[in-house]
Amino acid sequence: MTITKTQRDILGSSALRPDGVSKVQGDFAFSSDLHAENMLWGATLRSPHPYARIISIDLSGAWKIAGVECVITAEDVPGQLTYGLISEDQPVFAKDFVRYMGEPVAAVAADHPETCRRALAAIVVVYEVLTPLTNPEHAIDEAREPIHPDGNIIRRQQIIHGDVNATAPIVVEGTYDIGMQDQAFLGTESALAIPDHDGAGIEVFVATQWLHEDRKQMAKCLALPEEKVRLVLGGVGGAFGAREDISLQVHTALLAMRTSRPVKMQYGREESFFGHVHRHPAQIWMRHHANTDGRIVKIEARFVFDGGAYSSTSSAVLINGVTHTQGPYQCPNAIVDGYAVRTNNPPCGAMRGFGVVQACFAHEGQMDKLAVATGIDEVEIRLRNIIHTGDTMITGQVLESVAPLERCIRETAAMPLPREMEAHPHELDLPGGSGRTADRRNIVRGIGWGVSMKNLMYSEGFDDYSTARCTLTNGSVELKFATSEVGQGFVTLAPQIARSVLGVDNVTYDTIDTQIGSAGSTSASRQTWMSGGAVDGACRMVRERLFEHVGALHGIDPLRLAIDDTDVVDTIGSLRITVQEASTNFTVSETFEYHHRPTQDLDDNGQGNCHVAFAFVAHRAVVDVDVELGLVKVVQIATAQDVGRVLNPMSVIGQIEGGIAQGLGLAVMEEIIVTNGIVRNPSFTDYLLPTALDAPQVLISMIEEPDPQAPMGAKGVGEAPCISVTPAIVAAIRNATGKSIDRCPVRPQDICF
Amino acid sequence: MSELEHYTLTINGEDRHVSDAWIGESLLYVLRERLGLPGSKGACEQGECGSCTVYVDNAAVCSCLIMAATAVGTQIATVEGLNQDGSLTDVQQAFVSEGAVQCGFCTPGLVMAVHHLLDHNETPNEQEIKEALSGNICRCTGYGRIFAAVDSVISIRKSTAS
Ligand code: FES
Ligand code: FES
Repeated sequence: MTITKTQRDILGSSALRPDGVSKVQGDFAFSSDLHAENMLWGATLRSPHPYARIISIDLSGAWKIAGVECVITAEDVPGQLTYGLISEDQPVFAKDFVRYMGEPVAAVAADHPETCRRALAAIVVVYEVLTPLTNPEHAIDEAREPIHPDGNIIRRQQIIHGDVNATAPIVVEGTYDIGMQDQAFLGTESALAIPDHDGAGIEVFVATQWLHEDRKQMAKCLALPEEKVRLVLGGVGGAFGAREDISLQVHTALLAMRTSRPVKMQYGREESFFGHVHRHPAQIWMRHHANTDGRIVKIEARFVFDGGAYSSTSSAVLINGVTHTQGPYQCPNAIVDGYAVRTNNPPCGAMRGFGVVQACFAHEGQMDKLAVATGIDEVEIRLRNIIHTGDTMITGQVLESVAPLERCIRETAAMPLPREMEAHPHELDLPGGSGRTADRRNIVRGIGWGVSMKNLMYSEGFDDYSTARCTLTNGSVELKFATSEVGQGFVTLAPQIARSVLGVDNVTYDTIDTQIGSAGSTSASRQTWMSGGAVDGACRMVRERLFEHVGALHGIDPLRLAIDDTDVVDTIGSLRITVQEASTNFTVSETFEYHHRPTQDLDDNGQGNCHVAFAFVAHRAVVDVDVELGLVKVVQIATAQDVGRVLNPMSVIGQIEGGIAQGLGLAVMEEIIVTNGIVRNPSFTDYLLPTALDAPQVLISMIEEPDPQAPMGAKGVGEAPCISVTPAIVAAIRNATGKSIDRCPVRPQDICF
Repeated sequence: MSELEHYTLTINGEDRHVSDAWIGESLLYVLRERLGLPGSKGACEQGECGSCTVYVDNAAVCSCLIMAATAVGTQIATVEGLNQDGSLTDVQQAFVSEGAVQCGFCTPGLVMAVHHLLDHNETPNEQEIKEALSGNICRCTGYGRIFAAVDSVISIRKSTAS
């Protein structure tokens, strides 16, 4: 992909990251790099059992260790004992029961991480070990007592649409299993909490996706008014959903308040696996009824999402799953039943794709089965069914978004296929790579498809607004927002917007913190649309004020003024002055709150306008499989993605390539293995992530059809890349092997046995 | 803690004294927490991710796996020492301009790995590049822009050499 650089770093240019230089020099302060005078280290004691009653906790051994300054448990939580994003069902510290392996039980603060480790080892917790509930079906059938006062079913949602008795000559069905994926951001959870001198408040530097939501939950648990909890974004080393829930925030703040000293907490990699929620493992059954021409007549489906011990965002993930049952295809009739349930497995919540990844894996498997059953080619069957703007979805909602799906599929199909594998390939080009034993003679190539649609922003009536302030003075702009920069590049985009709207070049942004209104979460592909919309709105307000100022000075109606490049110009007269000059000794500051259009809850039949907007994408995967050893190499991914409008080509490409790698991980290597509630592989040694050697060739087409609903016409691009790439790769493996593989990740045994 | 140690490490050409350190501290910990050199990152502390890459006597190693006290007498180089005048090396510049940086947590380690590769092999082919970087995990980029950065350094070096 060649990237052309334009002159000014405005919208449409591949402006460079403002934090790029400090990041390559190792200067950029990640939250884990922060220090404070007189700082203590914090650490967390976690349950070794997936389900147990706490009989007693003896902290005396820890208190006796020199250097230990504080030891706390549930007894020490001054405010609300539980927290949560949607329902507050998760204890800050376990009190009577532990419900998952790794649940926090106590925390310590001490002078050195090693002292902390010894203090944790000296705490004696007596547990009565109970039989964990680990099969999600047993959470549904009520064969087991509830493992939580809120019950074992977090949410059930049905969708009943059209004629439920409709049928058609072709019927295909399948049961699909999706494994538990970890976000595996590189910068583990970390925070530095600094108590106010008067003890009445606290400042917390933390790597998070949503400062204001963290603050709300923390204030409740700490029994502080929200304005006494000030959050500042510590540098964030990736997020992908794993920082949507709070993890160490309350613990760190509490230790700092108790000791009246700054406290830093940082999880190691193993602890990080227990410290955040994961992608829901799910089992999805689908039955598609279609005419002989391949057109879908009805879909029946059942979803079971394993939410683990606490609810996190499970209820919203469920809604995303069931409402995307049809995928990007027309479907007049549907009966869907979906559950998100509570078990003693690790809690699951947000991860890039949020419920749609799971639904897509199932509906794309079904499309391939439909192709076989009808004898129609897998591209053609998709084209025949695609959804268009104006179509009614199974929720009764009319699709209003621009939907260039046909272009996505056709442009993907038109991309060149990779060369055939050479007769004597380099061993690194073989499945399994270096040092493995893949044999050229056993390698079979396969091609597979995946197509998807993904909702953007929050759903079901939630007003996830964003706030931004723009201050123009002497030709320079300073922006202020609370938008979490997690690596996606909002700090690159926001100044681009200001440069385009205001004709300035010098744009900076202030500290990202809670000293301005909420920006909502960096999730759901929403920040370009929402916080981009807020920055755009604030800059436009400032521009109006600037025009009024210039108009008054020159006796011109401000409505005649416009920005041309870096000048203010009179559109029907001769005035042309630089913005720099026009704003000399002039300061104006405006704050704008951007709200997306309102949405609705679903009713009991799953009907309602619950989503804001949608984006579309197609993926074609080419894989080489060693059928003898069950090893897979993803050779090439071709993709065309509906992006609305490209605001920064290099950033969009980065999101697409990065998302594809994560989808590839879910397809062939990434899975948290849990047996009887015990996590078996909480390390980078045993939880495999794609490396440079696993990176396929990626061919990209960015489909630009600006969406009139979107500020600047641009759709969020973060999630779409990782959704249908997984089913495309698995379809390619099926194509190569002839095996019906209905689970991901695909393991060697799924291929060879 | 008891068992405290004092020793001197040579880092980026300078002698740096470490006092009152626990013997079990890794080189990564000592660099970051005792010597004010947080450029090396810890993402796994298990030798799997490469974000802590430094050079010890010109070998690229995972600083999380080395006890600091055992590095006495070696020449240690960290990302902070790549260009001490504050300017960017060609590799750093290429990472910025080719979009190889997103969250940036993997970046210092990758910059060290790329320099190491190109110091030992001026014209690596695709497989050699991939193999050399396969010990450095990047979760954000999918590696595409990182390969673009490496390619750009190789071609710029080639054209300035000729
Ligand atoms: S922190 Fe050293 S290899 Fe990961
Ligand atoms: S840029 Fe985030 S891990 Fe590489």
